[in-house]
Amino acid sequence: MFEGYSITPDAFAGKNAAQIAALPGHEGKIHVTIGDFFEVSGNGGETAADTDIVITGDCTRVKYIGARMTAGTVTVNGNADMYVGGWMKGGKIHIKGNMDSFCGIQMEGGELLCDGDAKNHVGCAYRGDWRGMKGGTIRVKGSAGNDIGTFMLGGTIIIEKDAFIHVSTHAEGGTVVIKGDVEGRVGGQMVKGDMYVLGKIKFMMPGYKKVDTVEKEIDGVKATFDHYIGDLGERHPKSKGQVVYANLYLKAVA
Amino acid sequence: MASGEMIVKGGFIIDPTRKIDGDVGDVAIKDGKIVDKVSSSAKVIDAKGKIVMAGAVDVHSHVAGPKVNAGRLMRPEDKFISGFCRSGMAQKNGYRMESGFSIPSVFKTGYDYARMGYTFVMEAAMPPLLAPHTHEEIHDTPIIDEAALPVFANNWFVMDYLKKGEVENTASYIAWLLKATKGYGVKLVNPGGTAAWAWGLNCLSLNDPVPFFEITPAEIIKGLIEANEYLGLPHSIHLHQNNLGNPGNYPDTIAALKIAEGFKAKNKFGRESVMHSTHLQFHSYGGDGWKDFCSKAKEVMDYVNKQKNITIDLGCVTLDETTTMTADGPFEHHLHGLNHLKWTNVDVEMETAAGVVPYIYDKNVLPNAIQWATGLELALFAKDMDRTFITTDHPNAGPFTRYPRVIKWLMSRKAREATLATMKNPDKVINATYINGIDRELTLFEIAQMTRSGPAKCLGLSSVYGGLASGMNADVGIFDLNYKDMPKDAEKIETALQRAACFIKGGEVIVRDGEVVSHGHKKTVWVKVKIPENPQVTRDVSQAFTHGTYTIDIRNYPVREYLAPHQSIIDVNVEA
Repeated sequence: MFEGYSITPDAFAGKNAAQIAALPGHEGKIHVTIGDFFEVSGNGGETAADTDIVITGDCTRVKYIGARMTAGTVTVNGNADMYVGGWMKGGKIHIKGNMDSFCGIQMEGGELLCDGDAKNHVGCAYRGDWRGMKGGTIRVKGSAGNDIGTFMLGGTIIIEKDAFIHVSTHAEGGTVVIKGDVEGRVGGQMVKGDMYVLGKIKFMMPGYKKVDTVEKEIDGVKATFDHYIGDLGERHPKSKGQVVYANLYLKAVA
Repeated sequence: MASGEMIVKGGFIIDPTRKIDGDVGDVAIKDGKIVDKVSSSAKVIDAKGKIVMAGAVDVHSHVAGPKVNAGRLMRPEDKFISGFCRSGMAQKNGYRMESGFSIPSVFKTGYDYARMGYTFVMEAAMPPLLAPHTHEEIHDTPIIDEAALPVFANNWFVMDYLKKGEVENTASYIAWLLKATKGYGVKLVNPGGTAAWAWGLNCLSLNDPVPFFEITPAEIIKGLIEANEYLGLPHSIHLHQNNLGNPGNYPDTIAALKIAEGFKAKNKFGRESVMHSTHLQFHSYGGDGWKDFCSKAKEVMDYVNKQKNITIDLGCVTLDETTTMTADGPFEHHLHGLNHLKWTNVDVEMETAAGVVPYIYDKNVLPNAIQWATGLELALFAKDMDRTFITTDHPNAGPFTRYPRVIKWLMSRKAREATLATMKNPDKVINATYINGIDRELTLFEIAQMTRSGPAKCLGLSSVYGGLASGMNADVGIFDLNYKDMPKDAEKIETALQRAACFIKGGEVIVRDGEVVSHGHKKTVWVKVKIPENPQVTRDVSQAFTHGTYTIDIRNYPVREYLAPHQSIIDVNVEA
């Protein structure tokens, strides 16, 4: 298992192939370099913004790809391990295979695109932390596991297929769109923010109340939604004299 | 203890116990103790152009025990932000990995204290029932000598005896408990308030009665001073006052300090105080609420300066993200209501409770900035630095690793102004505090009083810690500061004190060039009171275990010897 925290446009910028191969990484407690695992060709751009990284080969056991990057692009022609784009501030990451857990955690900006599935903890907070994703966009074209957008404060997460449990738990902002079905626990202890579910929720949270039926367009889909507010068991701030709730828009059954 | 001879040569010696302020001289060491002279074959440690001070003594820090561990379990992110998880040192053979920032691992705790030249640290609140764990953790913390203060002020036995005015029974119970828990002295945390918390209540003023026991915090404090002096313990009572952290609490603070009036310290350890009031910063606030929240450091210190039989420590806010943890259970619940961050609470049977909540002291949040100023003002208004000690109530107001930063602020008006200037509302901070009107800059001699001679004396340990006189422990810190040519840039003071050029403990070099080179020989210090048997107390204690008031058997209560393998016992004899 390689911790590829140096695989970012920021680290590659201004370096030639040999210098990039010498960038540090860890394998457990052992210090290693990128060159121990990859053949590097080409040079980094002058700045992170003009550096594009393409990885060919299987990165199923390479963690932290594009973590903390601020600009430029990273493309992986295959799978990636945990923490893809964690804490990223800008730029674009494209994973053409599947991603493991913790992708885009505590992300602040930029774009993370995955053609396959993501595992758990998409765009959530680090273990124990209460400051989740603040900005940027995560799009997973496949399905995702549990804990999507936990403690989310801003930004957008789109899961184009199904998700398992725990969506936007504890969130205080941001938008999560699930285009498929969700097992349950949608918006538990959520204070603020929006959720859209275009499929079905198998088990609805008891802390949500239906208040309206509305027409809305989200991510190119126009539909009629049942509008729920919640989590009624959680504290909620006031804005201009009005209590602010989290919103769940669940596609109405035709 | 290391055998052999050593001499620290040519440094600027700062030793308040002998009134030495920057004189160039040598410190001779033999067999782990400081001696008058050594032979010419002694190992020479060059301290030329550097300052030389005794090993520092921390009077109040939460470094071991169940609530510290609760904090560690609750905050994995604290390890993540620390960035020390793979220190270069840990890669070397024999050293352990360090992790954590506000609740560091035991190894990081020992290493970081040593790097700052600390030799003794007092764990400030030990729940008696959980003393075995506390001692295991203390033993696992390398290098530093440690002791722990069991908490007494919400203990059912104590409240029961004191309600009936039975000081001698209270004293006998204290003697029994110190022995059972290998404790050091008498800690009071929110007297009565934590007991009231079991009923969902609190005691905010000194005259709020504790439910069921019908005793007041004032009576508990007074009774425990009497019992403490009856026994003649090395340390005075160690008081975390009621009404912590609330706007407008300073009159309650002064009222509690006044309880010490008229008492005289009675002991054979050279201690002169009868009350140590801890983390006074949290108790020196004016205002009716957070909107007109302000510092009352001057008012509080005006009283402290007059009253010679009390000592204080600061509890300085360091403007960091930290983890608050205290046996003041109701306060932690209150704090959780303010910042909505995760909270945990533990109730410890008949003895105490504890809560843990993460907290971010943000310099741009007005009350936090005012708290920062208040802590520093207490020191800057103090007249007797041997009664005023530097702490951050680690980790409550900030981690102990920030002591050098606190010292920087205390030693440099410019450094205080620089921090003030980075705040969002410096004018509002200035209006609510005294800090901007204070020119005083503390000297290294005063810092040595606050971190060495003062706390050692207050703990009754001045015969071995806190000075460089012949016969004392050979604990010597050498720091890269030129006494005759102190840096204009206060940042350099912080850097120099953060990592000692050399730190010797028990005659053994522990730190060289800021890095730990030996795990040393740590000791657990505790106080054993010899007192004639008190049949009533013996009966009461045994009944509490046999009649099911406690959930465990009395045989499982005391700290067993193997949990504290390296003990240093202080004997106290109370005559019949």
